[in-house]
Amino acid sequence: MTLSIAGVVARPKSAPPQQARKLKLPLRWISPIALVLLWQLASSTGVLSPDKLASPVTIAESAGELIADGQLGEAFAVSITRVFFGFLIGGLAGVVLGLASGLSRWGETLLDPPVQMLRTLPHLGLIPLFILWFGIGEEPKLALVAAGVAFPLYLNLHAGIRQTDPGLVEAAKVLGYSRFERIVHVVLPSAVPQTLVGLRIAFGTAWLSLIVAEQVNADAGLGFLINNAREFLRTDVVVVGLVVYALLGLTTDALVRLMERRVLRWQKR
Amino acid sequence: MAKAVSVRGLTKAFGARTVLDGIDLEVQPGEFVALLGRSGCGKSTLLRILAGLDRDVEGTAEVPGTVSIAFQQPRLLPWRKVWKNISLGLHKPDGREVALKALEEVRLTGHADAWPLTLSGGEAQRVSLARALVREPDVLLLDEPFGALDALTRLAMHHLVEDLWARHKPAVLLVTHDVDEALLLADRILVLDEGRIVATHHVDLPRPRRRASVVEQRTRVLADLGVDVEEAA
Repeated sequence: MTLSIAGVVARPKSAPPQQARKLKLPLRWISPIALVLLWQLASSTGVLSPDKLASPVTIAESAGELIADGQLGEAFAVSITRVFFGFLIGGLAGVVLGLASGLSRWGETLLDPPVQMLRTLPHLGLIPLFILWFGIGEEPKLALVAAGVAFPLYLNLHAGIRQTDPGLVEAAKVLGYSRFERIVHVVLPSAVPQTLVGLRIAFGTAWLSLIVAEQVNADAGLGFLINNAREFLRTDVVVVGLVVYALLGLTTDALVRLMERRVLRWQKR
Repeated sequence: MAKAVSVRGLTKAFGARTVLDGIDLEVQPGEFVALLGRSGCGKSTLLRILAGLDRDVEGTAEVPGTVSIAFQQPRLLPWRKVWKNISLGLHKPDGREVALKALEEVRLTGHADAWPLTLSGGEAQRVSLARALVREPDVLLLDEPFGALDALTRLAMHHLVEDLWARHKPAVLLVTHDVDEALLLADRILVLDEGRIVATHHVDLPRPRRRASVVEQRTRVLADLGVDVEEAA
């Protein structure tokens, strides 16, 4: 009897969570939608002035207009180019430094201390210096994005390499693999998961750096669009710009997650 | 005939602690030797030196032929499928055919395209054995390869190792602290204590050996390890 009771008890234990999750997903949309409706109601009744925050409907209309007249597309292209080149420069620096200090004792001795010291600086606070060094054109913006990208990539690549299981390296050594082959077959692959974590953080900081950089004297790009809209109290356009920033961040994050799933297929899930 | 392993006056110290103290050892081609001793007696250190993982020693340790090793942990590359882990032993990217044959030998056909992290401990250890064997080693070093397995899997592995040894005939050096394991598998048992070989036992029992057949000799080997079975019982 006891056994059969145990069986009955054990089964629902595994079944309901899945059902609950299926049920929960649409339920979780209730409050966000309610908030948007409330927001629209406040705007329509005049409780919320459009100077403070435009209504959802107005924002959607402005988004349509900005897309139609090409303003948004142009700003989008400018901003994404900045992130691309900033990421390229910072990524290259982070990877080269990370490899050098991860793979060689001397590299670590010489490179790691200064990098660790510099990373304690809040890199967004470097704007005044970057403006003095690079002026107010594209350069300080790229530099800020690059700085935001280089550090997380360096730190995670370095840590990933250092976390390599020495047992695996030994096994390859007995099989006659040279130092270079051991790096290629054992050390670098085992650093990949940690490096992908670094990549995701790097994308996050890249967008953050861009947003801050574009607040400073931009004459094109999403930041310019937002700042310009502020001058004319166009809160609708400001929100459209913010939404685009958010979507860009979500997109790159999703791309890295997708990459993780493909590259890290071997991991137990 | 050339020796598979010849060690003379091998001494190894970590700081002030002497781990191996003037070891002399010769292993014939195809001979199955067990190195038996307590934890910390230096048996694993000896194996690591023979594998070329520790070169900072006094004395000589010569292994003229190809060496393979299977460790206590399987040490498979988790990002490579099973068959690629085995072909790693061949030191070339291709070699699926050879890997599949080796998998069949360790009775893991069908797991070629599995990821190592999905294998059980015993399965992973068999892949590790296959990887060691595809090199067709003259000397196979086994560093407590059954130590982390459950008792039942361990029994199956004993049979497998004996089988593989009979088929490929490498010289085997098995490090273990399990007396029964040594008696079931080895031609010769060397008892190590504090870095020295304190006793040698030749096991001339016919194979395959059964537990009962080794009982008498077991008592004598245990006595060399300082375990008095008669008294304990």
